[in-house]
Amino acid sequence: MLEIECPWCGPRDQDEFSYGGEAHIVRPLSPENLNDREWGDYLFFRDNKKGQHAEQWCHAAGCRRWFNVIRDTVSYRIVSVYRSGDSSSGESP
Amino acid sequence: MSGARRLSRGGLIDRSQIIKFRFNGKAYTGHPGDTLASALLAQGVRLFGRSFKYHRPRGVVGAGAEEPNALVQVGEAGYSTPNLRATQVELYDGLSAQTVNGWPSLKHDVGAINSMFSRILPAGFYYKTFMWPRSAWMRYEHFIRKAAGLGRTPELPDPDIYDKRHIHCDILVVGAGPSGLIAALTAARSGARVVLADEQTQFGGSLLCTSSTIGGLRAVDWVKKMVDELRTFSEVKLLNRSTVTGYFDHNFLTINERRTHHLASGDSDPRMSRERLWRVRAGEVVLATGAIERPLVFDGNDLPGVMLSSAVTTYIRRYAVAPGKTGVVFTNNDSGYQAAIDMAWAGMEVIAIVDSRRSPGTSVVKEAEALGIPIYKGHVISSARSGSEGLNRVELSTWCRSTGELTAHKGMIDCQVLALSGGLSPVVHLHSQSGAKPVFDSHVAAFLPGASVQKERSVGACNGTFDLGDCFREGIQGALAAANVRGFSAIGVDIPATDYKQHAPIEALWEVPSNILDGARAKKFVDYQNDTTASDIRLAAREGYRSIEHVKRYTALGFGTDQGKLGNINGLAILAKTLNKEPGDVGTTTFRPNYTPVTFGAIAGRNLGSELFDPVRKTAIHPWHVKRGALFENVGQWKRPWYYPRPGESMLDAVNRECLATRASVGVLDASTLGKIDIQGPDTAEFLNRIYTNGWTNLLPGRCRYGFMLGEDGMVMDDGVTTCIASNHYLMTTTTGGAAAVMGWMERWLQTEWPDLKVYLTSVTDHWSVMSVAGPQSRAVLEAAGCDVELDSQSFPFMSVREGKIGDISSRISRISFSGELAFEISVDANYGMALWQTVMDAGRAYDITPYGTEAMHVLRAEKGYVIVGQDTDGSVTPNDLGMDWIVSKNKDFIGKRSLFRADTIRPNRKQLVGLLTDDPKTVLPEGAQLVNSPQNSRPVPMIGHVSSSYYSASIGRSIALALVKGGRARMGSTIFAQLMDDHIVPAVVVDPVFYDPENERTKS
Repeated sequence: MLEIECPWCGPRDQDEFSYGGEAHIVRPLSPENLNDREWGDYLFFRDNKKGQHAEQWCHAAGCRRWFNVIRDTVSYRIVSVYRSGDSSSGESP
Repeated sequence: MSGARRLSRGGLIDRSQIIKFRFNGKAYTGHPGDTLASALLAQGVRLFGRSFKYHRPRGVVGAGAEEPNALVQVGEAGYSTPNLRATQVELYDGLSAQTVNGWPSLKHDVGAINSMFSRILPAGFYYKTFMWPRSAWMRYEHFIRKAAGLGRTPELPDPDIYDKRHIHCDILVVGAGPSGLIAALTAARSGARVVLADEQTQFGGSLLCTSSTIGGLRAVDWVKKMVDELRTFSEVKLLNRSTVTGYFDHNFLTINERRTHHLASGDSDPRMSRERLWRVRAGEVVLATGAIERPLVFDGNDLPGVMLSSAVTTYIRRYAVAPGKTGVVFTNNDSGYQAAIDMAWAGMEVIAIVDSRRSPGTSVVKEAEALGIPIYKGHVISSARSGSEGLNRVELSTWCRSTGELTAHKGMIDCQVLALSGGLSPVVHLHSQSGAKPVFDSHVAAFLPGASVQKERSVGACNGTFDLGDCFREGIQGALAAANVRGFSAIGVDIPATDYKQHAPIEALWEVPSNILDGARAKKFVDYQNDTTASDIRLAAREGYRSIEHVKRYTALGFGTDQGKLGNINGLAILAKTLNKEPGDVGTTTFRPNYTPVTFGAIAGRNLGSELFDPVRKTAIHPWHVKRGALFENVGQWKRPWYYPRPGESMLDAVNRECLATRASVGVLDASTLGKIDIQGPDTAEFLNRIYTNGWTNLLPGRCRYGFMLGEDGMVMDDGVTTCIASNHYLMTTTTGGAAAVMGWMERWLQTEWPDLKVYLTSVTDHWSVMSVAGPQSRAVLEAAGCDVELDSQSFPFMSVREGKIGDISSRISRISFSGELAFEISVDANYGMALWQTVMDAGRAYDITPYGTEAMHVLRAEKGYVIVGQDTDGSVTPNDLGMDWIVSKNKDFIGKRSLFRADTIRPNRKQLVGLLTDDPKTVLPEGAQLVNSPQNSRPVPMIGHVSSSYYSASIGRSIALALVKGGRARMGSTIFAQLMDDHIVPAVVVDPVFYDPENERTKS
């Protein structure tokens, strides 16, 4: 079981979190202008990275905030944790 | 007198007390401090079980967790626990144990006939033989499983309680042998929070059965001194009878503590948990898990009387049991000599030490020679033979290491006990579970811990360090390093003085050669529990298996409840030799949790039943439903009234009555379970516009609207009515089961994609009690109940909301309908829910007001063709598929909109919602029934859809069904067929899904 540092609550067991898949997938601003392939890329296709992977987690049984985690998919080491809207270096854009 | 083989001196047993117990129905006695195995050995028992495949008689081999043979079922009825190792079962008064394998009795085992056929039961036999014809495996399997049983599953509910605790610590020390004890003390003195866990009853590990002294103290006294000091630290937790069973990610480990196993049933507090699962998040882990001795692999090495040399030492020194009168040691390293010395000390006749090496260590040789024990250097035991009571003779041979063959037969030696030492295998299980890879070291002929992946370090014997002084040094250093990482500066612990012995290196001997003549029928067991022999492994290699993981699965090597603690290393080395590789190149199989078996009770803990596992939610009106004799349906966690049968009524009678009463006069439904989300903020309308398929910007306060929510893939996800209370305040309702998911879904969009929107969500499901009053007389009932809101259609039109009072109760009343009748949904503070319900029921008495449950609700809505998300949809259904294009806005974007124009969502032959009328009006199709084009079909039959809802409709006087059918709307009027499970075929006509009042006149009346 992973130990994840919620940016608002601190380190907690994975039990308290829910997983949201790959992070930083921006919803297209004008979906109607995309062809099926482009929309399909947004909708269905995700990186299956070996190594550092940016992903969304929600502290579902805690503060219920969504945030981002950089996690190594080989070692499961959590490299960094940052709030939605921040960059992985921890700074607001 | 406690037994023929009990020594009169020594051991850690209390001879002043007698414990009575039963084994296979026979009465025995033992002493406090005994295990089941030691007490039975003390009374001359040699036969402990039968092997899994050949049902060969087996004795006890080990003295701890590694034991593969002596498996027992302990306790009766609901308290029964299968597959415990007799070597770890502590005696208590009244204990009753049975061998797990052996039928009808241990001595006369029917399955032993397998042994005579062993030539035709090689590795993979079951795969090769019983898989043809494939369809027959199901039949064979039943008998094979029965013949191969290991213990019996208890059939009664477990009366014990189990619990869990979560704990954080700076340093977890696993194992309280010499390395672990001194590591724990070092860590404790630094001020760190320390947990020390050990699987045994007492701390001390190998020190409990050594004759060595430490710092001038007897080993057990030194252990006591250490434990006494550890007890003085408030931040130190000592867990005995506690096996660290799993090492998971981020230094999360589980410890299985057995709290009452050692107590007679009357002696433990019934409120005390039998086992506890500790869930530990450790800053640093110090592994001091020790090592397990390997047996040597030769013909007949499984006979009762053949034991590990470390086990012989343990039984003599710790339990004061001499396992026989005469003994031989067979070893390839110096540690085996200790068993000979201990057997001599116990008064046994030690006939020989057989050492496969030519140059043993001088100090052990000197010690053995001083006791007059003959040593055969460069010799092996090539075969062991049995009499009626197990081992009675061994065959001595010389051998040549370079050719790997026997060179001369040197005669037979009579003996009852053969102590084996094939070298020590460090217990790298937890290290390996942590994600690290053990590395083969040819100097110690074993796998040692490799580079750490997590925050752990191994010390002592589990690190390949076998000298006691070195173990102490490593334990101290490991703990100091761990404490440093955690920010504690440690005060050192002095290394106590130990007797140092010069050791000569081990010389690996993975398999003893056989005589050419005996080669074919030699039985050299590698895995005792699964009867895997050296020739099985060679056969697997000949048949093309190369990976140890595949060989494991083909030969069952390491597949037993012991997970190959004794056999795996020998097995992989034999495979390596067959493949001309080094053991390190073959590698180990994956070590997985748990180290030893854990009961389901411990894993479940208190998470049982409706109280703590899956809580039950009840509405404020629940007691009324119970009183009225309602049967309940589970919807999510909610209990909803299903129907209210009157005496003598069947379910169909009751549902028909409830439906007819609602259509004719007035019915009432407890709708409190619908999900309710309070949404506030200036951007709420915009937010609803993005979440729902229809438009929301023009909804005025006091009005409500039905909405569809799609996933981004365009598929219907949830539905419900949302009310505009004020321009910046809305109340959304969701399906009962979907409430939490919808809340989470909307939160996610707000937080991650639209943080600019000022919208705030609050779950208020439990805050409101909701009753739906439906039927032509609903308006009259509300008036009679004292409702102060104008209820006529002019002032209170359909899909609008009013606030007012019913009697004294402040209410929000909505004119919405899920029944197709004139209906009012009344929401009140949940604390007034029951009062409102009573008020309305009293007022409705004159109109024969009828409570109806979810079943009648389903029938009423199906008559109207209203879908239930999750029943008539399954995550692959779009609004268009449901014929509900009217709810999809063309003028705005919303979640899922683009997907409604994908090639797949606009293709013609999609499944569409239709109504079905069976030719026979009495036939009610089963929900889920598959639909086909024609009554005559050759298989496989193309499936064109399925029935999603199906009921008998009393109002219409016949059965009705909703179905999803390929190109369904183009099939109106045509006949299709439901193919039922019993091969019955039911014709039905495709019709419009609205069966009742298609003009909606009643709803708006």
